[in-house]
Amino acid sequence: MHVVFESGFFTSAPVRTALIIGAVTAMVSSVVGVFVVVRSQSFAGHALTDVATTGGSAAFFFGLSPLLGFIGGGVIGAGAMDLIGVERERRRDLATGIVLGTALGLAALFLYLDTTKGATTGATQQLLFGSIFTVDPSTVPLVLGLSALGLAIVVLINRPLLLSSLSAELTRARGINLRGVGVLFMIAMAVSVGLSSIAVGSILSTALLIGPAAASIRLTKSLHASLMVAGVLGVATTWLGILFAYDSFYWVPSSQGLPVSFFIVSLIFIAYLMSGLPFVRRRFDRPPRANSAGASNQASIEALEVGA
Amino acid sequence: MFSGFMVNAWEVGTMVAVVGGVVGFFVVLRGSAFPAHAIPNGAFAGAAGANLLAINPLIGLGVFSFGAALGIGALSRRGRSDAVTALALVMMLALGAAFLSLSTQYEPQIFSLLFGEILGVSSSEILPVVALGAVCIVAVAVLYRPLMLTSIAPDIAAARGLRPQRFEIAFLIVIACATTMTVPVVGALLIFTLMLGPSAAAQCFTNRAGRAMAGSVAIALVTIWLALACAYESNWPVGFYVSVLSAASYGIGRGYAAWHTRRQVRATRESLRRVALTN
Repeated sequence: MHVVFESGFFTSAPVRTALIIGAVTAMVSSVVGVFVVVRSQSFAGHALTDVATTGGSAAFFFGLSPLLGFIGGGVIGAGAMDLIGVERERRRDLATGIVLGTALGLAALFLYLDTTKGATTGATQQLLFGSIFTVDPSTVPLVLGLSALGLAIVVLINRPLLLSSLSAELTRARGINLRGVGVLFMIAMAVSVGLSSIAVGSILSTALLIGPAAASIRLTKSLHASLMVAGVLGVATTWLGILFAYDSFYWVPSSQGLPVSFFIVSLIFIAYLMSGLPFVRRRFDRPPRANSAGASNQASIEALEVGA
Repeated sequence: MFSGFMVNAWEVGTMVAVVGGVVGFFVVLRGSAFPAHAIPNGAFAGAAGANLLAINPLIGLGVFSFGAALGIGALSRRGRSDAVTALALVMMLALGAAFLSLSTQYEPQIFSLLFGEILGVSSSEILPVVALGAVCIVAVAVLYRPLMLTSIAPDIAAARGLRPQRFEIAFLIVIACATTMTVPVVGALLIFTLMLGPSAAAQCFTNRAGRAMAGSVAIALVTIWLALACAYESNWPVGFYVSVLSAASYGIGRGYAAWHTRRQVRATRESLRRVALTN
């Protein structure tokens, strides 16, 4: 037993908190991530993590809760991107880049001010790369509530979301407010990015958002299946990462162990690479069921794969 | 402000702005903002690794940025390129986090690699920067025509037998070269914003390629000079000023473009009315 789980893994309170928060945040990120990948918004998703970094460093400076900073920053960034990034695909790319650059510049300023203010050493490290073992257990209810909010938004708008990523004209013809759907989705992204920022740090939260989703979309054919596989992959990689990080306290002789985020991101990356292997794909490639909902979802996912 | 270590900062800053402006022209034209962000940001891990092994950071940066360029290029063939770019970026950043946690140097190191420490440039760092910068500019000059064609008219390029995928990888390698040159002195953030903002602004003012490229170099130069002066006066990080000034230049560019379009519309309407009156 001790070969896999080093002593105290199950009795340690920080580990228990980390497992709960890790599972919940990984679940939300992976589910939201499926839509991010399908809509080809990985860059926007990543940019939100950088904006969240700014929010987190500002919160550190003003002595507020980093979680609120992460989410607040993300929501403001989402608004800014929507404001200047309209119309064409290329303009969207540029707008995202400009917002991201500005946000990182502001983050540089806040982190600099944090360090000159003194007494907050470790701020850069902690904000950027996370420290799930030091999460205060009292934030668990807040994390659960925000996760529910993020999931609820995506569940509510999942049909218009998929439709609008297939064809903007078709969505508009149905009388759906495209911009509203886009903004709501950006808010869901900001919430999930903020949540995973406390797990793996703000600049690595992109991994949880994109990785499990990108892998599961390569493996599955229907929306429901990709949501399920993404969720399972996200939670599995997060838990394994926490376990490895805990064990690594005993591997590396001198230091304080390797960061959790390193293990989680590496596992996600390996999972993504493996999802491209022909042998793995064949195992997942079962004939689709004949029910109508599954068939329509499958058609949409396939159309998106062709479009990408 | 113009003596001692600041002389190095002015020289390196000027070189970085020229390369950023030239490479940035194609970054904006091709819509490659994400790789242009991912490669420098991920390459910081290479510098952290080199630091751990006590070798020249340029080697670590080179390995990571070229590896990233080739990896993104290769994986994009079989997956969605934006998702692949995101994953390559976070994988490199995670390695960087691991390297940093193993080494004894913590915060200042991360901070200066990510956000730049141009005010601490030493004279021995100038020569590699100038050499790599020259390589970048020569590479862009050599690739100029095929890059233009594959960016603007991929169909015609394909009909002529040019492979867009191959030039995409070539361009990613140019970005990697610019990255290796700039990250150790100015940080990952600064080169990205210098590539994006000024070039995007310049392309709002003109449609001609030559003018746009010259304009983006000019705006980048003004941006970095102003940023250096402000950073010197206020002691705040130079990356902050560069990013805010580049965003401001893009804002001005967009404002000009909107005003120009409105003026043209008005002029057209005016001349139409004149024609109607004379008839």
